[in-house]
Amino acid sequence: MVAHGEIHVVHRGGNKINFRETVITNDSRFLLCASGESVKVYSSSSEECVHDLQGHTDLVSGIVRNPSNHLQVYSCSADGTVRLWDFTDGILIKTFIIGYPIYSIYISENHGGVVFVVVPMANDKSSELFQLVAVHLPLSGDQEVEARELSAVLCDVSPSGAASFGRKGEYIAAVKGLQLEVFFFKKQKSHRFFLKSGNKKGAKNAFTCVSCHPKEDCIATGHEDGKIRLWRNFNQKKEYTYSTLHWHHGAVNTLQFTPEGTNLLSGGIESVLVQWHYTQENQKDFLPRLGGAITHIAVSPDGSLFCTSHSDNKITIIQSCVKVSAIIQGLVKGEGVRTDLTIDPRSKALVLNGKPGHLQFYSLHRDKLLYNLDIVQQEYIHEEGLDQFEVVKAAFDTRGNWLATVEERTQKGSELEINLKLWAYDEQTQSFMLNTTVTAPHEDQITAMCFSPSPETTMLVTISFDGHFKAWLLADHSDTKEGACWSCDFVGGYHHLKPGCCCFSADGSLLAVGFQEVVTVWSPSWELLTTLSQPPGAIRDLCFGRLSCSKYLLGTSTKNQLCCWNLLTCSLEWSTPVDVSLLQADPLSENMAAFCSQSGCSDLFVFKPGEPRPLYSQKALCTGKVQRAVFAPRDQMLESCEEHAQWLNRSQLYFFTQHMDLMTFSTKTEEDRLLASSKRLMVDDSVAVTPFYLLLGKHRQQQEALTNPMAERIQLPQGSIAIKELLYTPAHVLPSASFLCSMFVRSLLISSSSASEEKEPVEEEMESEEEDSEGEAELRDARQDLGGSAAWGPGEELGAPALTKAQERELRRVKHFDHSWLSSVLEC
Amino acid sequence: MGEFKVHRVRFFDYMPTAIRAMAFNAHTERLALGRMDGSVEIFNFADRYFQEKVIPGKDSRSIEALCWVGGRLFSAGLNGEITEYDLETLRPKYSLEAYGGPIWTITSNSQGAHLAIGCEDGTVKLFEVLEESIQFERNLDRQKGRIISLSWHPSGTQIAAGMMDMIRVFDVPTGRAVQRLLVDRGFGGSKSRETVVWSVVFLSDCTIISGDSAGKVQVWDGHTGTLVKTHLVTKWDVLALSVSKDESSVVVGTSEGTVIQFQFIAPTLQQQQDKEWVRTRTFKNHTHDVRALAEIETAIVSGGMDTQLVVRPLLEKFDERSHASALRKIQFPHRNLVFCAKKAGLLLFQFPGQLELWRLGESDGHGKPGDSLPLKRKPEKLLHLKRKGEDHICCSALSSCGGWLAYSTMSSVRLYRLQTDNNDISISKVPKLPKILRSAHQLCFSSDSSKLFAASSQSSVLVIALSQSECKYVHTLKPKSGSRQPIHLMTNSVDGKWLATANSDCEIHVYNVQKLKLHCIVPVYGSCPSAMGIHPTTNNLTMVHADQQIFEYSIVEKQYTDWSRKLQKQGLHNLWLDRDTPVTHVTFNPKNPEQILLHDMHMFCIIDQSLPLPDQKTQFYNQMTLRSLSEQERPSHLHAFKICKTFQDLLSVSLLDDQSLVMVERPLLAITCQLPAPVRQKKFAT
Repeated sequence: MVAHGEIHVVHRGGNKINFRETVITNDSRFLLCASGESVKVYSSSSEECVHDLQGHTDLVSGIVRNPSNHLQVYSCSADGTVRLWDFTDGILIKTFIIGYPIYSIYISENHGGVVFVVVPMANDKSSELFQLVAVHLPLSGDQEVEARELSAVLCDVSPSGAASFGRKGEYIAAVKGLQLEVFFFKKQKSHRFFLKSGNKKGAKNAFTCVSCHPKEDCIATGHEDGKIRLWRNFNQKKEYTYSTLHWHHGAVNTLQFTPEGTNLLSGGIESVLVQWHYTQENQKDFLPRLGGAITHIAVSPDGSLFCTSHSDNKITIIQSCVKVSAIIQGLVKGEGVRTDLTIDPRSKALVLNGKPGHLQFYSLHRDKLLYNLDIVQQEYIHEEGLDQFEVVKAAFDTRGNWLATVEERTQKGSELEINLKLWAYDEQTQSFMLNTTVTAPHEDQITAMCFSPSPETTMLVTISFDGHFKAWLLADHSDTKEGACWSCDFVGGYHHLKPGCCCFSADGSLLAVGFQEVVTVWSPSWELLTTLSQPPGAIRDLCFGRLSCSKYLLGTSTKNQLCCWNLLTCSLEWSTPVDVSLLQADPLSENMAAFCSQSGCSDLFVFKPGEPRPLYSQKALCTGKVQRAVFAPRDQMLESCEEHAQWLNRSQLYFFTQHMDLMTFSTKTEEDRLLASSKRLMVDDSVAVTPFYLLLGKHRQQQEALTNPMAERIQLPQGSIAIKELLYTPAHVLPSASFLCSMFVRSLLISSSSASEEKEPVEEEMESEEEDSEGEAELRDARQDLGGSAAWGPGEELGAPALTKAQERELRRVKHFDHSWLSSVLEC
Repeated sequence: MGEFKVHRVRFFDYMPTAIRAMAFNAHTERLALGRMDGSVEIFNFADRYFQEKVIPGKDSRSIEALCWVGGRLFSAGLNGEITEYDLETLRPKYSLEAYGGPIWTITSNSQGAHLAIGCEDGTVKLFEVLEESIQFERNLDRQKGRIISLSWHPSGTQIAAGMMDMIRVFDVPTGRAVQRLLVDRGFGGSKSRETVVWSVVFLSDCTIISGDSAGKVQVWDGHTGTLVKTHLVTKWDVLALSVSKDESSVVVGTSEGTVIQFQFIAPTLQQQQDKEWVRTRTFKNHTHDVRALAEIETAIVSGGMDTQLVVRPLLEKFDERSHASALRKIQFPHRNLVFCAKKAGLLLFQFPGQLELWRLGESDGHGKPGDSLPLKRKPEKLLHLKRKGEDHICCSALSSCGGWLAYSTMSSVRLYRLQTDNNDISISKVPKLPKILRSAHQLCFSSDSSKLFAASSQSSVLVIALSQSECKYVHTLKPKSGSRQPIHLMTNSVDGKWLATANSDCEIHVYNVQKLKLHCIVPVYGSCPSAMGIHPTTNNLTMVHADQQIFEYSIVEKQYTDWSRKLQKQGLHNLWLDRDTPVTHVTFNPKNPEQILLHDMHMFCIIDQSLPLPDQKTQFYNQMTLRSLSEQERPSHLHAFKICKTFQDLLSVSLLDDQSLVMVERPLLAITCQLPAPVRQKKFAT
């Protein structure tokens, strides 16, 4: 996006996977979906991501199969290119440069060498009108080809997914608003059909989607009021006719005919997949409870696999319309993040509210939803205008043993309902268990909440609009059966002012609470130590400095002030007039990140409180205010020598833009490393590459190689060499048969030695896991050494008292063979 | 607009009866409609669906099916008789016993030479259509079980008959049954119940389409007798079927009140072979059973248990939007059922079986416009007069003084003398009526109650002089044109000099009652007059036609008035012309001679002749705008048509002599409430 030296703002993880229709490959093994700036290839059986096809520099806006090669797909993007991929190997084959931002792509096997793309009418992104154009893809051997031969097909189409090719590609049907337009390629003529807006009687006739019957001339259109119309005879201006099917009560989001045209699939807000039998329209099958509004339906070319995309960033794979076989879940993004972004200290996962009433744990490194934690523990009823409990706050303590959540429900005309819940981490179940529920912990909305970081006490502070802040302590009732539970320890306030934010210092020795214009600083024994104030403007955000800068307290106010107080002198160190919308402290360094909003854009400053000059600044990061951001610790420290990129060494800054896109900052070295690793990790495509897989897979491979009959068969020639030498040696030089026998038997003893080998690496593995910090390279070395010694060991023990030199040589050779084979196994 | 005291009358419990059968004559563009009570209505589809003629019912008569042969109308019913109607005298010409038990269906072949009827005893009887009557020809092979529906093959050589659980195809020349198509029974509990093939059509390519009580529409090959396709359209019955003239579309009516269209469509656009019947559109305009259905050139006409006639235009047949392309529902009859004694404040309500006389309520309160005044005396039902005999009442009249009451059935006219002293009412039948007064299409008293005018056959009017002691035949007024059509409108002037009559040939005659001779004939206009009235002071005749045109004719000068010419020159506003119900009443305001009061079902209008006429650009419905304007601005926005839509579902509007308006409303909801419960349907979210 915006380049600044080496640091880029990139999409990494948490992308929408339901943005466009997924594509199922011909053999139904893979699923391709647009995910941010890349195309993800999922295995349809194991639901793991197999490849991440990277190359586009802007949002990928469509994928289609290449009809002439079933191993290839075309993808289009807002960066103005169409790219051809080999998805089995994840290779970019060709790039066609169109030069206009592309919003969707259509292809028909009857139009060879042509793709149909939707581009803006005027050549700028802000244009509201779109047209469908045919692009002739030039035949050229080059990697990058300019395709400039465009011809307009339809004007004024909808930018997303509202067009469909008819039988044998003879026509294309597109819908927008209240108009259905059918363009016949042969006659180069289009027919338009209009519906009345029909606002009376609750009928909303606007088209939402379209699908053409593959074998007959019938167009199915979906409408906002839940009706499906089947159009026939549409080559006539007046004599056209349509029939209406009605089951959906909300808008029909998507329609798809099965490849043979025997069924029509439809989906909408009801999260029910409806299968209509073509020509027997009053017979229909349902697949209910799919969990979220259906936005797209894809059908595999053989019709055996359906794939529905859902509004909660989920892809469901359905086998023959009866069974949900797999679910691919992305980061659930609702209308907004009510809870702040937090990092689970244990799993290093990003935690935010996801499904209604749930907290989701999302692994940023693996770009995968780990699990959902049901906070509200109530049945969610899907109904418009019904007020439900929502998770609004979540906080972890420093070690990740405790999780505090706040849920609230506002009902019109009744009081606010708030619940504070505290969850303890259970080692056995590896998840959070509800420990304490506090109903109505405050009389008004809880505005902020934080755990004390001090190791001695487990304390939670909640502050609320009712003018109080409360400290909750874990009281150990060892006499009762229940064990520890939480109770209120202290209620504080300041001149009946409404507190807005709170922050603990890094060692937990100070608590700062912002009461409108005044910052109060409290000791752990609840003495008011000092008050700091810098009017005008209420305090919006508070942050203590870390490590070497722990003497500083930073605050932002609503009147565009960023202040820094020195807590030793209790005076203002510096202040600067910027409109900071969000202030975040890096828990692993002194660095602070401040997002400022200026003239519709957000700027970022990264600075140390003690230094006057910012470490890094980026203007015009994205449009709109950045409201949520978090520093996520890296699993591996980055060695970056560039000065302005050093702040990214220990942790990564993630933030949500206005449009709920999760963005992060990445450096050049990091990208290089990623690229390198992605090249290195070329493995069997049916199994996803995860660190766990790499760890386990190595181990299993080794095991397999050892126990595998295949491996033994490789071994056989080696054994036979010994036998061959034994047999072809002239009889007169042979030692006694009894000796030979034992040698011969010994030469076959490899299996027993490998059996012992098998055990020991396991033990080693466990050790290395405990050590944890050791790299994999070291582990491999150790194992190799060990394997060698293990191979040698038994041989020596078994050694006979006397051997001829030749025999000894023979024996050694056998062992040599053995060893080289083993090491080769280990290396692979 | 002017201020009136309004009597808002809602105690007229008018209840139309359900539609049972329908037949459309494409040649004359007339639709014949048979109702449950045995009455037949003729609608002129070329003239804005105007209800031209009504043949009153009879207790013993029932209509199961109607059939046109040329211009002749036949009906058959469960009483086992075939009836031909005389459309000039509006009475049955003759009835013929078919001797086959109740008759379920009657249909004519396309040549118009034969009628086929389906009887309860399982016979299909053929009748030959003769010049003046019909004659039984022969029976086709007798079957077990009743014949519910019949359809001729267009060639006239075969007949398909819908029966219980099966369809039979008969060869007409031999009378043999050549095919036997078995119709499946319904699923579940209805398995044990016989399937009734309610309706069947035989297409020229030998395709048979049937609709049955299991909710199926089935397409059969008539050559081989095989089932081609089954469409399950409803859980209930498919009651009616109708095919378009070019046989490219079939409509079916179901018990759920839906009308479903099937079209004969090729699956691909290029080749037009292998066409198949595909279910396309669904129309839901009825709440109850759709019993009768006709697909005409440009529209689908349907009627059923919910008593309304619905004309649903097929929009693809129209090039532009107009009054003809709008959905039309005909709920009320296009003639008066309410008569008002202007001096006495009495209302007469005409039902098919009785007459009701009511006295209006009184109030002496005052209030702001829009207020409802407290009643001093409640409206009171004075009289409930049951008719004598089997025939239904076809017309009635009440003199404006309230002293005379008359009604006519098909067979007799009765005249009563009413005497009201304070709260007592006495009624006495006038014993000896002139012999010539046998029946009347319209009755009308002169304003001084000295004469009774009775519209008789061949557009003639009988004049009867009334006095306390006797009533005496005076004269027969005959038109010069020699029209044989019945009179459907009659009005006389306040000064008692003029009488105007209108007949179904659109002729309007003005008679001089004093001289007892024809005064003049108003130039014939192409549309039937739906209402007319003679102005009390100027003696101008105001006529409103079915196509919404308004004319004013000066009787004295025997020519159109200047205002009428101006109106015709400028043209009426499109919004006026596009209204879908005809004006059924014209009255005048004696206090303000400039004002003409009209009403149709949905609005009440005062035409002020002193104000400028609206042109196409002026806002037509301007009462709300006027109300928001200040006194100074108002005059510039006024135009002649002042329309009030406060009162809906109007049956009658009249102005009493004490300047209070009587609005007789019959809310459609009240009619719907009295209908039997519709079939149970699962509705979403219930």
